[in-house]
Amino acid sequence: MSSSTTTLLDARDIYGGYGGADILKGTNLRANADEIVVIVGPNGAGKSTAMKAIFGLVKIRTGQVLFQGEDITNAKPEQMVRRGIAYVPQEQNVFPSLTVQENLEMGGYLMTGDLGPRMEMIYDLFPKLAERRRQPAGLMSGGERQLVAMGRALMVDPKLLMLDEPTAGLSPKLIDETFERIKEINAQGIGVLMVEQNAKQALAIASRGYVLATGANRHEDTGPNLLANPEVAEMFLGG
Amino acid sequence: MNDIIQILIYGMVLGSVLSMGAIGVSMIFGILRFAHFAHGDFMTLGAYIGLTFIGVMGLSPWFALPAAMVGMAVVAVVIDQLLYRRIRRTQPVILLISSFGMALILRSLIQLIWGSENQTYASGIQFPWRLDVLGGLRIKPDHVWIVLISLGLVAGVHLFLTRTRMGKAMRAMSDNMDLALVSGIPAERVIIVTWIIGGALAAAAGVFLGIDTRLHPVMGWTTLLPVFAAAILGGIGRPYGAIVGGMIIGISMEMSTLFISAAYKPAVAFAIMVMMLIFRPQGIFKGTL
Amino acid sequence: MEFASLFAYLVSFLTFAGIYAVLAMGLNTQWGFTGQFNIGIAGFFAVGAYTSAILTTPESPAYLGGLGMPFLVGLVGATLASALIGLVIGRITAKLRTDYLAIATIGIAEMIRLFIKNEDWLTNGVRGIAGIDRPLAGTPLDSPFGYLLIVVAFVVLVYFLLERAYASPWGRVLRAIRENEPATAAAGKSIARFRLQAFVLGAAIMGLGGGLYAHFFGFLSPEAFMPLYGTFLVWVMLIAGGSGNNRGAILGAVVVWGVWTLTELATDLLPTEYATQAAALRVLLIGVLLQVILVTRPQGILPEKPPKLIARKK
Repeated sequence: MSSSTTTLLDARDIYGGYGGADILKGTNLRANADEIVVIVGPNGAGKSTAMKAIFGLVKIRTGQVLFQGEDITNAKPEQMVRRGIAYVPQEQNVFPSLTVQENLEMGGYLMTGDLGPRMEMIYDLFPKLAERRRQPAGLMSGGERQLVAMGRALMVDPKLLMLDEPTAGLSPKLIDETFERIKEINAQGIGVLMVEQNAKQALAIASRGYVLATGANRHEDTGPNLLANPEVAEMFLGG
Repeated sequence: MNDIIQILIYGMVLGSVLSMGAIGVSMIFGILRFAHFAHGDFMTLGAYIGLTFIGVMGLSPWFALPAAMVGMAVVAVVIDQLLYRRIRRTQPVILLISSFGMALILRSLIQLIWGSENQTYASGIQFPWRLDVLGGLRIKPDHVWIVLISLGLVAGVHLFLTRTRMGKAMRAMSDNMDLALVSGIPAERVIIVTWIIGGALAAAAGVFLGIDTRLHPVMGWTTLLPVFAAAILGGIGRPYGAIVGGMIIGISMEMSTLFISAAYKPAVAFAIMVMMLIFRPQGIFKGTL
Repeated sequence: MEFASLFAYLVSFLTFAGIYAVLAMGLNTQWGFTGQFNIGIAGFFAVGAYTSAILTTPESPAYLGGLGMPFLVGLVGATLASALIGLVIGRITAKLRTDYLAIATIGIAEMIRLFIKNEDWLTNGVRGIAGIDRPLAGTPLDSPFGYLLIVVAFVVLVYFLLERAYASPWGRVLRAIRENEPATAAAGKSIARFRLQAFVLGAAIMGLGGGLYAHFFGFLSPEAFMPLYGTFLVWVMLIAGGSGNNRGAILGAVVVWGVWTLTELATDLLPTEYATQAAALRVLLIGVLLQVILVTRPQGILPEKPPKLIARKK
């Protein structure tokens, strides 16, 4: 059990939604820098909403989000980025008319100093992007766009990377590759919090996982334990 | 044949004017997500600011151009910060009608300050150059300057959008507003730069119009519809599209005088725009809206 | 001021306000009911006015007159002509996003104005059409006051018609579209078709207003239908009164027409050499008034639920 000083992200008892009724009803999430934390659950469980709420894109009515011990509940995205939280939405997650290089530059907009070394690191991590750095991101395949999206987020040197369904719509080979990359990112000391529909594969690489249903926590355990849990399997791990 | 080339030249001049206006409208539309109905009157005000600099400082219109551009950029930012910003915080839908009201406010201010009669930048008739190369074409030096300076401004905008961080941020915000915010791009600062560029280019368009024709309080309003047509034709949020759109509309409008009455020139722009809206609303270069 | 001239002034004021109330209700049908941002009101207004004029004026060598139809036929013609234009335009615009719709409608108004200005054979161009008769000439009602009664009658008629329409099954679908467009579309209702119907209805009402104006003013010219008078004032009226709301439309018409008239009275006090400047000053005041309303109380005097916009991309 990590002590609270090393807990990177701590979201407690979150209630919130898009305006009308609450979608999140008492959600709790925690993530540390050395972990890959996966959020799974049936459709409509509020997984994406939870992540958006943490990042300040969806209003939190009551509840608290702490990052490295400081309160960031309902803070603006710009402040999130400055603190070292990066977020990759599920859809429309690149700037289509900008080149790969320009997408990365935009990711690093708030960074001071030379962006070059950071960009080279990301090109090392994603060699496919290096080949195509002058191509408009909108002309790339789905898998490549995902890499651009993740690269854009990594430009802020984040302590926590939040990914919304990074493998949605990808081929099995690309899914494997993406999860490999995510492990590499985590190995560099960046905490990963991700929502995933490919629950089985995601939990296989996860340190910990949460199962959300109807806006609240259902299960919380290590990745392997959740995989072995018959209830969880019954819920939806068929897919 | 001569006539056609002559008209083509007029078309390029009109196209340059429309492009200057359309780039601003397109960027404002793409980033602020509304059709700026006061843009025509931005052009008018720019022309009149130029007039003031000429009168007060005795400059030639070409030197008054930078002054007009700076002046209009300032006015644009002031209007946004004092008025539009408040409205877009609360009820963005209303921005349209507010800009329509702004158009009328600017027009009446211009009438009050400068009067409603026609005015010109320079007196005297300018003798056009005669190019005997193509059998006696007549090209006015003014026209050449308008097209050249427009090209220069376009090049400047291009460099800004592709080489500077702020320029790329503008393109990013136009592409995908939400993602730009998620990346931490400072929206308000980008918006201010958008108004600076939009205002400055509108002033250029107004000054060009004033040089080519004459100044009148409604000169910008009557150009607004072709400017919108050019922006839609090129694709909203696509500055290069705005330039192409401006040229196409300008040349089409002038060419149409070969077939129909000159009074219906705006109808040509309108017809092209309606065609685009029906068949390809995203424009030639696939705009962001 | 003598009672008689004060009374006459009041009658004229209320007649204008009534005509504008009709226009504002027409706009409300398009904007308030279905969120369609029509900045081309002046066009429909003009079509209605000119149609009624052409149908009812006597023979003239200058333009297409000579039908000499009675007043009501003129009005019906005005309404139908405007509805027809609304149908043609609405088919294009009903599917457009709000901003594109606004641009398209202002284009339409400009095209109509150009047409009126240039097609002398039909409209006598800039010289305009004069001598449009008041209805009921020769009867006891042939007076400005009589005409006011007619206008008021139409205001009341349009009001009740629209309120009934809104309460009807058709109106229920419109309200459903306003509340929850995706659900209504999923239930099988063609959103574009209902929008188009509301647009045409609004256009028809604007045409009616145009017809009423033609017979009141007696003289038409393209200048009367500039965007300021034809369109902008109506928008200020609807917003000030309360968009989405027919009572708001009528109230807004009276209030804003009152303000506009007050500015005229105020600037009349200036020496005559300032006449054109005075006009500009009045426009400036109304423009500023609108901005103040938009910033402080955009829902108007009689607020209603705001209309839902068309497909603003997220």
